[in-house]
Amino acid sequence: MSEAIIEVEGLTKRFPVSQGVFGRRAGEVHAVEDVNLSVMRGETLGIVGESGCGKSTTARLMLKLIESTAGTIRFEGRDVTNLSSREMRPLRREMQMIFQDPYSSLNPRQTVGQIIGTPFSIHKTEGDSRARVRDLMDRCGMNPEHYNRYPHEFSGGQRQRIGVARALALKPKLIVCDEPVSALDVSIQAQILNLLEGLQSEFDLTYVFISHDLSVIRQIADRIAVMYLGRVVELAEAEALYDRPQHPYSAALLSAVPRVDPTGAIRRQRIVLAGDVPSPIAPPSGCAFHPRCPKARLVTGGSSVPDDCANDLPVLDSIDVPTQQAACWHPLTSVDELRAVASVVVE
Amino acid sequence: MLLYVARRLVWSAVVILIVTAITFAIFFLLPPGDPALRFAGRQPSPELLHTIRANLGLDHPWYAQYFKFVKSIVFGDKFGWPGLGYSYGSSVPIRDKIIEKTPRTLSLIGGAAALWLAMGVSVGVLSAVKRRSLVDRLAMGFALFGISAPVFWLGLMALFLFWYKLDITAGTGYVDFTKSPLDWASHLILPWTVLALLFAATYARMVRGNLLDTLGEDYIRTARAKGLSERRVIFGHGLRASLAPIVTMFGLDVALLVGGAVITESVFNIDGLGFMAIDSVFRGDLPATLGVVLVGTFAVVVMNLLVDIAYAFLDPRVRYS
Amino acid sequence: MSADLLLDVRDLAVRFPTPDGLVNAVSGLSFTLSRGETLGIVGESGSGKSVTNLAILGLLNRKRAQITGEVLFQGRDLLTASAAEIRNVRGKDIAMIFQDPFACLHPMYRVGSQIAEAVRAHESVSWDVAFDRAVEVLDAVGIPNARSRARDYPHQFSGGMRQRAMIAMALVHNPDVLIADEPTTALDVTVQAQIVELIDKVKRDFNIGVILITHDLGVIAETAQTVMVMYAGRAVEHGPVRAVFEQPQHPYTWGLLESMPSVERKLARLRAIEGSPPSVINLPSGCSFHPRCPHVFKRCDHERPPLLTIEGGHADACHLTGESKRALWLEREAARLGRSA
Repeated sequence: MSEAIIEVEGLTKRFPVSQGVFGRRAGEVHAVEDVNLSVMRGETLGIVGESGCGKSTTARLMLKLIESTAGTIRFEGRDVTNLSSREMRPLRREMQMIFQDPYSSLNPRQTVGQIIGTPFSIHKTEGDSRARVRDLMDRCGMNPEHYNRYPHEFSGGQRQRIGVARALALKPKLIVCDEPVSALDVSIQAQILNLLEGLQSEFDLTYVFISHDLSVIRQIADRIAVMYLGRVVELAEAEALYDRPQHPYSAALLSAVPRVDPTGAIRRQRIVLAGDVPSPIAPPSGCAFHPRCPKARLVTGGSSVPDDCANDLPVLDSIDVPTQQAACWHPLTSVDELRAVASVVVE
Repeated sequence: MLLYVARRLVWSAVVILIVTAITFAIFFLLPPGDPALRFAGRQPSPELLHTIRANLGLDHPWYAQYFKFVKSIVFGDKFGWPGLGYSYGSSVPIRDKIIEKTPRTLSLIGGAAALWLAMGVSVGVLSAVKRRSLVDRLAMGFALFGISAPVFWLGLMALFLFWYKLDITAGTGYVDFTKSPLDWASHLILPWTVLALLFAATYARMVRGNLLDTLGEDYIRTARAKGLSERRVIFGHGLRASLAPIVTMFGLDVALLVGGAVITESVFNIDGLGFMAIDSVFRGDLPATLGVVLVGTFAVVVMNLLVDIAYAFLDPRVRYS
Repeated sequence: MSADLLLDVRDLAVRFPTPDGLVNAVSGLSFTLSRGETLGIVGESGSGKSVTNLAILGLLNRKRAQITGEVLFQGRDLLTASAAEIRNVRGKDIAMIFQDPFACLHPMYRVGSQIAEAVRAHESVSWDVAFDRAVEVLDAVGIPNARSRARDYPHQFSGGMRQRAMIAMALVHNPDVLIADEPTTALDVTVQAQIVELIDKVKRDFNIGVILITHDLGVIAETAQTVMVMYAGRAVEHGPVRAVFEQPQHPYTWGLLESMPSVERKLARLRAIEGSPPSVINLPSGCSFHPRCPHVFKRCDHERPPLLTIEGGHADACHLTGESKRALWLEREAARLGRSA
């Protein structure tokens, strides 16, 4: 039974919005609202959602790169929510991050050796750091002879490898990957994903993997959290989520991905979501998804939504299996229902 | 938009208040010794000192002095509005001196600004569009010359050539516009050109740089893909987007020239605010110096406000933030 | 020539001299586009897919780029047209939309004004008439409250709406060809689906030809009729979508198909293509793909394979024999499916 490396409870982050002549507080952006997640040792937790759903903010909150507005964060059982930055320092060795843009996340004025070796000097580790840096470069698929080169001499995929090597330098327990392959070509994407998977078993790593690309998440994640407007709307094991999504938003998201299907036999049914994601400054009452939810309209049989959807905030809860939870008053129960939902057009 | 302007107005007022406070502190409070002596100029008699003390309220505590100071500026004193006091050294109210000299400086700045904008922008655009061609290199070379050549040298050379030798323009001095527009312009044409040359160079470089950056943006490619004429692409889309930093720089440059065009005004003997500033300092005429400082600062604040408003007109993203 | 044939590109080549050497961005490219057809161009960075389309519309700096070949649009060669003639075609007969709709709209002008400007670029109508047309076309692409939204600035639009506005702007003159350069890459997945559908609808309603450039094979599979796979400036495979995806012939195409993760199933391991895309200055000799090809043999490093048609318009550029290709693909497919979790 593996223990949890990171647990967050009630994690919330709101950003103030100023307005008026003197910059008065006019409202708040509800970036992340009441998120409860635990990441088990050795697993890969995927966080998926569209822009503005709060996935990147959640990851940064977990690592305490941003201060949370509310909620608790526990690292290996220890409450770290209110630790000062000095107290956090030794913990930061255990948790690292890989960023999305390989072009802007590396300091152009440092050599590769310096970039990967910086963690050693910050945490004052003993031993021959140069040899360790070369070893890391080798394990990440780079030529150790390129120790003294600068980032601009490398391609995007290689730069991402440098980012991985840097994250690995201090042998962390947890690595948060924030869209690490989104900026890469498809063939390079596969290389980096393979690298990350290989390193996970070799170094006994735990990953939190953020992406908007559902096929990448399917490949790499064990459990997946789907986020919408700052909240987790579904949390399930990968198989379950992709085969039997319970939250209508998850189903809509999955239905929107185009497939390469040579036989053309499976004609996917796209669930149309009308309009755009509402503003996180004024999220809708009740279930944040209700203004666009086709399932809600299927339930009433008309163009209105059920009262509970409109007024009561649903909580993440399991319906039939404990490994799949959805925050929905009327979750999807079968594939047929999916098809019916697909044909509902929301005005 | 209105909210934006209102916000800017409020902050400008605050800045002016702070400026008066700092100016007051510098001139009245900080230096050691008797303020009355400083204000009196050369060889004051005891009666004069007494009068000064009474006028400025120097016997009262500093906050009363400050209050009187601000009150004079805002509401005027016995000489009129704004109440900037009296120059004991030259026996004339400061206000009168400033009112006499301001049109001169403004004439100088106005003409020069128009000229340097026209020259700077056109040279900059030409350079950007014909990047790396001979035209571009000549233009940037000219820019380098304009920035490097000292104003007093340029001024004297211009006077020598165009007035003394060729007799095309008038010489030094200033003729009021109302008396003779032709003479006014004739006296100002050389100082306009000399001053403009200095700034045009900087503006040309800036416009070139900004425009080159902007022309690499995606929306320029879209504009071309729509089938727009090249001229519309460069001016309507390219230049428009590059203007913001130019506007900012322009506002600041104009503002600083209000009390700062010292060399030009000296060389061409235009008895404007810049000349007054340097003259007052040399003659130890404190009230006059104080007056010019206040006017100059006020000009900077006003120009900043205008620049901010212009900025909002240019870039809608600023309005809505 | 059939009235349905819109574009006929023959042997297009684009080269840029740079201080480091001659960049061969595109070489020997030939393809056609007909009414009602969506041609998908697939490739990674450096494949030359974007440069191709910029060359068609004359958007490349003619003084810097050396462009050879023919681009026949309704019988006229666009490459020899004068600047004025090309400007007449741009935005009117052939329209283009780009990847990042935020960067592609001018931040300081209202959206409606930018569309009206596009109208007036080719028609002398009054500003009011042009603006009305802009509102009309914004409405047609599904922007709610088009009249009031037309007065908004680009930063007030969401990503999906901006892309719709770009499409609207491209359509004002009812062009015959729409070139969409990575139109969905910067968008969320649900919005992507909407935009792809919109482009398809436009194609069917107006019976135009669409060139869709993307790296997303799923989008190609669902909306394109023909697909062209580009690598290092050349077409390595070209043909009807069904044929290319069911029986891909070129090892690079195999690599692409296999390195993509799938929403349908989790693969035991993604099969990545070794190495990185080649430098466009020093292209490998012979077949550009040979340094990365797992099936390379003697001929490949010095003899460039020509693009040969097998049947039904399906062509590929690879020295392997037809039987080898079929056998290898079957082997790889079996391994891939057998490997799935």
